[in-house]
Amino acid sequence: MGRGTGRTLAEKVWEQHVVRRAEGEPDLLYIDLHLVHEVTSPQAFDGLRMAGRTVRRPDLTIATEDHNVPTVNILAPIADPVSRTQVETLRKNAAEFGVRLHPMGDAGQGIVHVIGPQLGLTQPGMTVVCGDSHTSTHGAFGAIAFGIGTSEVEHVLATQTLPLYRPKTMAIEVDGALPYGVTAKDLILAIIAKIGTGGGQGYIVEYRGEAIRALSMEGRMTVCNMSIEAGARAGLIAPDETTFEYLAGRPHAPKGADWDAAVEYWRSLRSDDDAVFDEVVRLDASTLSPFVTWGTNPGQGAPLASSVPAPEDFADPAQRSAAERALTYMDLRAGTPLRDVAIDTVFVGSCTNGRLEDLRAAAEILSGRKVVTRTLIVPGSMQVKAAAEAEGLDQVFKAAGAEWREAGCSMCLGMNPDQLAPGERSASTSNRNFEGRQGKGGRTHLVSPQVAAATAVTGRLTAPADL
Amino acid sequence: MEAFTIHTGRAVPLRRSNVDTDQIIPAVWLKQVSRTGFEKGLFSAWREDPDFVLNNPAYQGASILVAGSDFGTGSSREHAVWALQQYGFRVVIAPKFADIFRNNSTKMGLLPVILPAEVVERLQDEAEQDPTAEITVDLVDRVVRAGDLTVSFDIDDYTRWRLLEGLDDTGLTLRHADDIEVYENGRQPWLPTTV
Repeated sequence: MGRGTGRTLAEKVWEQHVVRRAEGEPDLLYIDLHLVHEVTSPQAFDGLRMAGRTVRRPDLTIATEDHNVPTVNILAPIADPVSRTQVETLRKNAAEFGVRLHPMGDAGQGIVHVIGPQLGLTQPGMTVVCGDSHTSTHGAFGAIAFGIGTSEVEHVLATQTLPLYRPKTMAIEVDGALPYGVTAKDLILAIIAKIGTGGGQGYIVEYRGEAIRALSMEGRMTVCNMSIEAGARAGLIAPDETTFEYLAGRPHAPKGADWDAAVEYWRSLRSDDDAVFDEVVRLDASTLSPFVTWGTNPGQGAPLASSVPAPEDFADPAQRSAAERALTYMDLRAGTPLRDVAIDTVFVGSCTNGRLEDLRAAAEILSGRKVVTRTLIVPGSMQVKAAAEAEGLDQVFKAAGAEWREAGCSMCLGMNPDQLAPGERSASTSNRNFEGRQGKGGRTHLVSPQVAAATAVTGRLTAPADL
Repeated sequence: MEAFTIHTGRAVPLRRSNVDTDQIIPAVWLKQVSRTGFEKGLFSAWREDPDFVLNNPAYQGASILVAGSDFGTGSSREHAVWALQQYGFRVVIAPKFADIFRNNSTKMGLLPVILPAEVVERLQDEAEQDPTAEITVDLVDRVVRAGDLTVSFDIDDYTRWRLLEGLDDTGLTLRHADDIEVYENGRQPWLPTTV
């Protein structure tokens, strides 16, 4: 971590959570909030049972159903018996171990990374973990938040701690202002293309600079969400007035004198001016434009206004062969303008872009227009759904011919029936364009909600300005 | 966790970089609630291609996967580690690993070995030329031996000790239950609870 006399934000939060430090051992770090979902927890609860252990702090643990959730007929039993068993297993485990659960049909249900912030459970300076790599989302509040595997889920359930080595720190400084129509999603896709899918390995990234400070909390969550796609386990942003304003009045946010004390502490959560980062990356936001991926990893992206690159464009042999493979899988030819790529399905949703602001952005473009692709609009939580309906966004989507769904992870990873058919091509606001991610043989282009909506209207990858 | 000391086995060359966990075990396999049976899902989409390296009979029974850079990127699914182990792998060698995958591996006793890209390529070449050639991965001395090649690798002392002993982290941490309690008593009162 930082070697100056000053300390980085990540270092401050880390030090605040060290339970035990011993020479030659990882730090034992306290975990303030443990989020649980149905996919990565069953074997962890089984492990507790086998060892005769209990959940140490059920009051710092919360569960929801999201990955397997069907987004139509959410109240009907899940048709897929394997998915149904997984969801029922979570319900049984939550009841047995005393963990609060937001099941399907509950007004509080939703994607695990949408409901934490929504409830005010994610706060500055906390440590947050979940058996899901997109836990980095919560770093938007100035928390150290990261994904863990099932063995670690079991460890946190049993001890409320994790043994961890301190990662190095990286500052990603984004100066200037994002041009009109360029979003947090475009920014993070550009960052990943710049540093690569392994660029953040071993680091906690702090996003800083004018363009970051200008983002809403929802935009900050989009940026931090995809830290993992740059290889960083965690990414965070120093809390400020935008953060406090978002948190004020949320169900689990501090109240009264506690609020004042908390805000006073939260204001100290910024990297000191003389803090030294192990690595610094700089970007100029004003040079960015809508960004899309053309390949099969999130680092294979380019401005929408450009063309599909050729493998020969890459000097590194591994990158060149990866590009070659990706173009074959994606059925794309080098030199094709990205605007000419025809799309079959548009997906707006996920923990990356399934919040109210994202739905508003899509609705603004779809208002008074018709979609020509299959278009799924999937709110990130039931509360986002209700808020969108209160504003009439559902009516806009339906009038445009899009499908308005219930809350869940949906087509981001296709564990529910929302999948691409083999060979089908999507423009998706989700976070991963891996081979088969959205359905076996499916092809994914990652985009912002704005580009997704404009693409639904034309059937080709399209920026809103092109409409 | 299964202890790991010294392992000798044959190698499979997987000449791909950025092998993500969705390829190692596609999401459809994650619906199981048990810890077993994941070997069938290992690289299940790629295995449909008859030319995929794991379909080559010469590599049946190999236990060391030699892969390209950034192995295990993406999802935190530990199922990726279970699938590799249950298929029969004890070691993955690559120039770089994604953090969560590497962490999950060391919790389960699958040894991730980081070697320079040129060494990894040489091991891949050798495994292609002679699929019967054996590699020894020695965690005690932190070296990999293959033919006349002996190359050392880095792993921190603590993780090495845990792997050599086959120790489970939770049991180790619970020895410090008093420290956890002391810490908990000093937490800020405004921190949220989920109840």
